[in-house]
Amino acid sequence: MFEGLTEKLNGVFKALKGRGKLTEKDIDLVLKEIRMALLEADVNFKVAKQFVAAIRERAVGQEVLESLTPAQQVIKIVRDEMTSLLGEKRCDLDLGARPPVTILLTGLQGSGKTTTCSKLARRLKNEKKKVLLVPADTHRPAAITQLKKLGQDLAVDVYNSDPSISPLEISRKALEYARTNTFDVVLIDSAGRLQIDEPLMQELCEIKEAVDPKEILFVADAMTGQEAVNVALEFDKVLDITGVILTKLDGDARGGAALSIKAVTGKPLKFIGTGEKSDALEPFYPDRMASRILDMGDVFSLIEKAEEVFESEDVENLQKKLKTNSFDLDDFKKQLQAMKKIGSMDQILGMIPGMGALKQKGLKPDEGELDKIEAIINSMTAKERKSPSIIKGSRRLRISRGSGTQVQDVNKLLKNFQQTQKMMKSISKGGLKGLKRGGMLPF
Amino acid sequence: MTEIKEQEKKGFFSKLKSKLSGTSDTLTRKIDRAVLGKKTIDEDLIEELEEVLIGADIGVKTSYDILESVGDRVRRKELGDADALKNAIKEEIQAILHREESVFTFKPEGPTVMMVVGVNGVGKTTTIGKLALRYKKEGKNVLIAAGDTFRAAAIEQLQIWAERAGIDIVKHHDGADPAAVAYDSIEAAKARGADLLIVDTAGRLHTKINLMEELKKIKRVMTKVIPDAPHEVLLVVDATTGQNAISQAKLFNESVGLTGLAITKLDGTPKGGVIIAIADELDIPIRYIGVGEGVEDLRDFNAAEFVEAIF
Repeated sequence: MFEGLTEKLNGVFKALKGRGKLTEKDIDLVLKEIRMALLEADVNFKVAKQFVAAIRERAVGQEVLESLTPAQQVIKIVRDEMTSLLGEKRCDLDLGARPPVTILLTGLQGSGKTTTCSKLARRLKNEKKKVLLVPADTHRPAAITQLKKLGQDLAVDVYNSDPSISPLEISRKALEYARTNTFDVVLIDSAGRLQIDEPLMQELCEIKEAVDPKEILFVADAMTGQEAVNVALEFDKVLDITGVILTKLDGDARGGAALSIKAVTGKPLKFIGTGEKSDALEPFYPDRMASRILDMGDVFSLIEKAEEVFESEDVENLQKKLKTNSFDLDDFKKQLQAMKKIGSMDQILGMIPGMGALKQKGLKPDEGELDKIEAIINSMTAKERKSPSIIKGSRRLRISRGSGTQVQDVNKLLKNFQQTQKMMKSISKGGLKGLKRGGMLPF
Repeated sequence: MTEIKEQEKKGFFSKLKSKLSGTSDTLTRKIDRAVLGKKTIDEDLIEELEEVLIGADIGVKTSYDILESVGDRVRRKELGDADALKNAIKEEIQAILHREESVFTFKPEGPTVMMVVGVNGVGKTTTIGKLALRYKKEGKNVLIAAGDTFRAAAIEQLQIWAERAGIDIVKHHDGADPAAVAYDSIEAAKARGADLLIVDTAGRLHTKINLMEELKKIKRVMTKVIPDAPHEVLLVVDATTGQNAISQAKLFNESVGLTGLAITKLDGTPKGGVIIAIADELDIPIRYIGVGEGVEDLRDFNAAEFVEAIF
């Protein structure tokens, strides 16, 4: 459904090529594509309008028209402008107050407040803070139990909220409890509510008054549509929020809501939720979000994740092996396992520029293929893994039987491995240059 | 007699309308504002209407489709003034939605099995609770299955709903295999002669291949007990969602073959326009709309009523 903005703009400029100087009308055509891309990414239409107007100002009169790569030029402007709108710099939690410092989480129903609460608790605990989780959602059935369970798993204290008293009373008592027991941070999980529900919004105000939170975070679903602006605006008006956390960004939502919310409230986006597990909370980076909204991939996150997974020791070992040309199937297996840790093929592909468009066209990586390869290697003897060249006919048959695959699969793997080895050899000989000369660059 | 009915109907309309006030407020008033005082239909007006529709989450493609066919009628001079234009848009939307109007029906015999799926936080468990209460009230023997074994306290949440409705629940422990829960529940439904079995599943993003595989497995396992089960695969969509809802519907449909949609949280300010986009792009019946917290606020979808209420 979505086509990368880069591709679209390339298309437009291609059509305009060879017509000499571009006119204002041509620029309009380009801006129209940008506007469409924003709307398809769920950026609010008013915000999109303003944004496009800002781009026009910068694009007209610049060297865009004379540039050899006008599409790139325009995209750079769009990205820069969006990045600066999203907040330039990373903005962390502000815990600069006398402990216990209180953080209040708010938002619509189902935006992910309770899960986010536990993620924040984990993060703060890792920073050596003594954290108290306070379930103050007495409305949704079992919401208190949910936070209690999450706290238990993380070994973080959870206040024993009494569902029969008001959230205001719970918050007050919890804060008192935190004071007497010297907690550093108190995380209050409020019930989800509609911004037009006056009594419930009033309740939040009262909680704010009573516990004087240092941070009031608005938790928003990244998949939210055009309405994101009104909801965020109203929460901000009533509570004067201090920041935003965007959840469920591990799917294919383009997250235009991020731009909309930032544009109308001016409040910083602090974190993004990227999974269901408690460690799936990442700092918000404006430039990466801009790339995502524009479907330009997120290479930085991919590199960071890879760095996390590949331990430096392994990397050194690998380099040594590459130099001495002793990269074998055991190493190959290690690489595969590390890749799996980075995420599913799907997630990895999602971070590569332009892949969003391909995915929409039905490209689906085969997760099973990796398991198959692993099974085949597992069915080999240690000797075979060290020197795959000894694997001939009968060994191939045995391995295929042992791994429950076809002989063809074993053949394919061995052939691929051979090629990889060759590639490695040329890298270690002449660096990337040698690789290019050898014509083996896979991209 | 007819008078009373008429009144009842009116009461229903105004209630639905007030429940959907967020929806109607923006859409109708905005279109009115756009067409106000305009005698002729020009490009500017069409563009303004485009913004109104996109602003209601109807989406770029569907909004263009709607305005294109309306534009055709303008060119053929079928639509003289702005009011006629407004009505034409209304008709277009109603035509799109009408195709997907179809009420959930029970099988004549044996348990009817409904499997409820969706992304995280759309309101699956709440919807199941309301459906269970509703069909129990209608005299059906209802059983529910706590198939969300992943999220903390999801089982407890459904348990509370089961207690409220006074119906039985089939559950395992946290982290259990959801397919096993589904299998047990369907056996139980058969043994107890239940009319309706509703199976909850954990919320999952439609792009997670392994989780979608899990869902396929849950569905597959059910056929081992009742070959044509599940009879209904209901996707729950949050009305606040933007264009991503189309992707949700597409990918869930590809994995488990959807037979119905339920749109929740229409009592907020979102316009739920994405329903129109989904109906335009995919062929999946819309079963229910949720317009409030109360059990009676989960209603059967009716295209005419819905359009009447939002306009």
